[in-house]
Amino acid sequence: MCLAIPGKIIEIDSQHQQQAVVDVAGVRRKVDLGLLQDDPPVSGDWVLIHVGFALSKISEADAADQMRTLTMLGEAEAAMQEVRGYGLESEDQDISGQRRTT
Amino acid sequence: MKYVDEFRAPDLISKAGEEIRKLADSSRHYRIMEVCGGHTHAIYRFGLKDLLPSNVELIHGPGCPVCVLPMGRIDDGLSLAAQPDFILAAFGDMMRVPGTHGSPLEYKARGMDVRIVYSPADALKLARNNPAKHVMFFAIGFETTAPSTALTLVRAKTEGLHNFSVFCNHVTIIPAIRAILDSPDMRLDGFVGPGHVSTVIGCRPYEWIAKNEGKPVVVSGFEPLDILQSIVMLLRQLRNGEARVENQYKRVVPWEGNRAALRAMAEVFELRPYFEWRGLGFISQSALKIRSAYAEWDSEQRFTVPGVRVTDPKAAQCGEVLKGVLKPAQCKLFGRECTPEQPVGALMVSSEGSCAAYYNYEHRKPVTIANAATN
Amino acid sequence: MATIVPKIGFRESQIEMAHGAGGIASRRLVEGLFAPLLFGSYQRPLSDAAQIQIDGTRIAMSTDSFVVKPLRFPGGSIGGLAINGTVNDLAVSGARAEAIVVSFILEAGLPTEILEAEVRAMGLAAEKAGVRIAGGDTKVVEHGNAEGMYVTTTGIGRLLSGVEISPQSVRPGDKVLLSGPIGDHGITILLARGDLGLEADLRSDTRSVFPLVQELVRAAGAGVRWMRDPTRGGVASSLNELARDCGLGIVLFEEQIPVRDSVRGACELLGLDPLHIANEGQFLAIVSSEHAETALQALRATPGGEEARMIGEVRERPESSVLVTTLYGGSRIVDMLVGDPLPRIC
Repeated sequence: MCLAIPGKIIEIDSQHQQQAVVDVAGVRRKVDLGLLQDDPPVSGDWVLIHVGFALSKISEADAADQMRTLTMLGEAEAAMQEVRGYGLESEDQDISGQRRTT
Repeated sequence: MKYVDEFRAPDLISKAGEEIRKLADSSRHYRIMEVCGGHTHAIYRFGLKDLLPSNVELIHGPGCPVCVLPMGRIDDGLSLAAQPDFILAAFGDMMRVPGTHGSPLEYKARGMDVRIVYSPADALKLARNNPAKHVMFFAIGFETTAPSTALTLVRAKTEGLHNFSVFCNHVTIIPAIRAILDSPDMRLDGFVGPGHVSTVIGCRPYEWIAKNEGKPVVVSGFEPLDILQSIVMLLRQLRNGEARVENQYKRVVPWEGNRAALRAMAEVFELRPYFEWRGLGFISQSALKIRSAYAEWDSEQRFTVPGVRVTDPKAAQCGEVLKGVLKPAQCKLFGRECTPEQPVGALMVSSEGSCAAYYNYEHRKPVTIANAATN
Repeated sequence: MATIVPKIGFRESQIEMAHGAGGIASRRLVEGLFAPLLFGSYQRPLSDAAQIQIDGTRIAMSTDSFVVKPLRFPGGSIGGLAINGTVNDLAVSGARAEAIVVSFILEAGLPTEILEAEVRAMGLAAEKAGVRIAGGDTKVVEHGNAEGMYVTTTGIGRLLSGVEISPQSVRPGDKVLLSGPIGDHGITILLARGDLGLEADLRSDTRSVFPLVQELVRAAGAGVRWMRDPTRGGVASSLNELARDCGLGIVLFEEQIPVRDSVRGACELLGLDPLHIANEGQFLAIVSSEHAETALQALRATPGGEEARMIGEVRERPESSVLVTTLYGGSRIVDMLVGDPLPRIC
């Protein structure tokens, strides 16, 4: 289940606020924003599209955060190993240096 | 493509693969289930199994809404649509699914008006544009898709469009996971959780899996880096003896889910007391039906449904493959009587069914092809 | 001498749409019904164009039918497709198209202006391709059949010297060349039908590939082992047919396969693989490794070939299969589809 693709809102229908045009790599499609009525997106926002409906807004900040974590994979461990070498490791820290995500 | 390409960066994927190989304890054999058919498809499409060490095994879960739809329901849908001046609208996924007397595409070749739609909204549009016909939308999908069907029904009612109805086959994911965990043959260490279902239901519904069953769940996105990172997060929890629900797909999934979507579903749908899942049998409170307030737009309340029950051939071991007890290639019919072209069982019918995905993408790969890029 | 009774392997009781889609079902029909009854005990694998010797001259001959909805679409129409399609079939057999005959099946009620537009389009395409339209036939069928019009074109051409192509000549180590971006035509048609509500600035890539083929043959001569225009069924079908015919493995490098952004966007949205999408202005060539780089440069230097790429190579394994590999070491088998690619939501 669940082919859903990120797309950018390029136009919101002035007559029907819940209808918008979304762009995915140059392909445009009308999308229903009705499922996001509690926090309606605006033109320029990125949304996740599934069967012609927007399911969620995409958070640029969380995406960037995730990329940072991924880029650091393995490096945190290397850093920790170095720190361990100095005898400075604290006992209540996760051994891989990752902060807990909840 | 923004929010897609970054999560397919080859160097980061290699790195994530390395991290998994480092984290996997060589004295353990990990069995991780990815619940969602979309994840199964992504794993094969991106060749992610090539990156995993041999002691990290991915078990394919039952999250394929086409696969779990009993053949009888397809027959019912096709019978309903066989009335004069009917248009059957369905997603492309449904078109080759065989009923007892053929698939929707085959019915189309024989003269039934069958249209492929990308959205339930397009089915409603067909109804608007064809006032002399009745448009029946064959709705399938888990909670990812149900809210869109719900909102479409709300719009149909508001507009007073009466030549439209929905044949509702939406199912819910939690009962399916429960059925897996209740199965005596199952031994699983953790779950890669269905990311798009979770944009609607949030992450809380999985908490009982961690608390009561002691298995970690990581709600995952669908790009290669998402899936690999989720496996990293699961392995970390398992190494530390933890069992929590984590949200890997934070850029899209809100912990509390999408309230507006849940409201739309509650407005239009209620739970069926029970529903038959192909390969898993009857499961209670696991499927949605349309409320009486929307009876006018419910194909089942408006027309007479034959209620056909078709039992699958005994030789097809779909149930065991669906529950992850058997691998597709271990089913006696796999690749012989049962192929994507002539599917006997449900899992070969949909391109994200584990048997079809394995058949199409993997089973002819020689084991040593793992490093083909560098050969 | 005992007569050999042809054995018909085709067991299906009726013809379905899948049998015309260029995938597995099509192959079954051709191999199971047409071949045993029409081609005797054929040894050679079946190909698009036939080679015939007449008084010592090697002639290539090919036919193709065009069933397109809608008749007109961005970048072209059925008339242009009909000419370019047969010119290309001949080109990838290593032949220059000399003459084409055209057959129309027209639906009663078809507005004349539509027919006129298509005939003009055919004339234009023929002129551009340097091929003569030598004759034709017209039939009209009742309203409700033929969806406007069906067109069949049959062409003959002269084989270029130095060309000896067949699946049997393909060897491990040979390279796979592709003339340009894939998926443009099929996605344009899908969008033009309007049922999916998608819009994009995309055009069919329909054109004659003969000028590019000519440069390739000039540059690589006998190093050209095999060529195909990946129409219905896409690159995946063409290469799978080759793989089955020669028994070798074809390994593609995913990052080398050229796909336009909007084709990619449409495929991601609809759950389609560009490798399965039809092209009407591209061709694949298997070229020996010694000649591959020169051949690629020759294509790139030719107008219309600037986006040509080396997308893979032939290997011993996986046998009779096509494998796509990624930079990070993942891989997947790519098979022919049963019928036409269908959009999915799961």
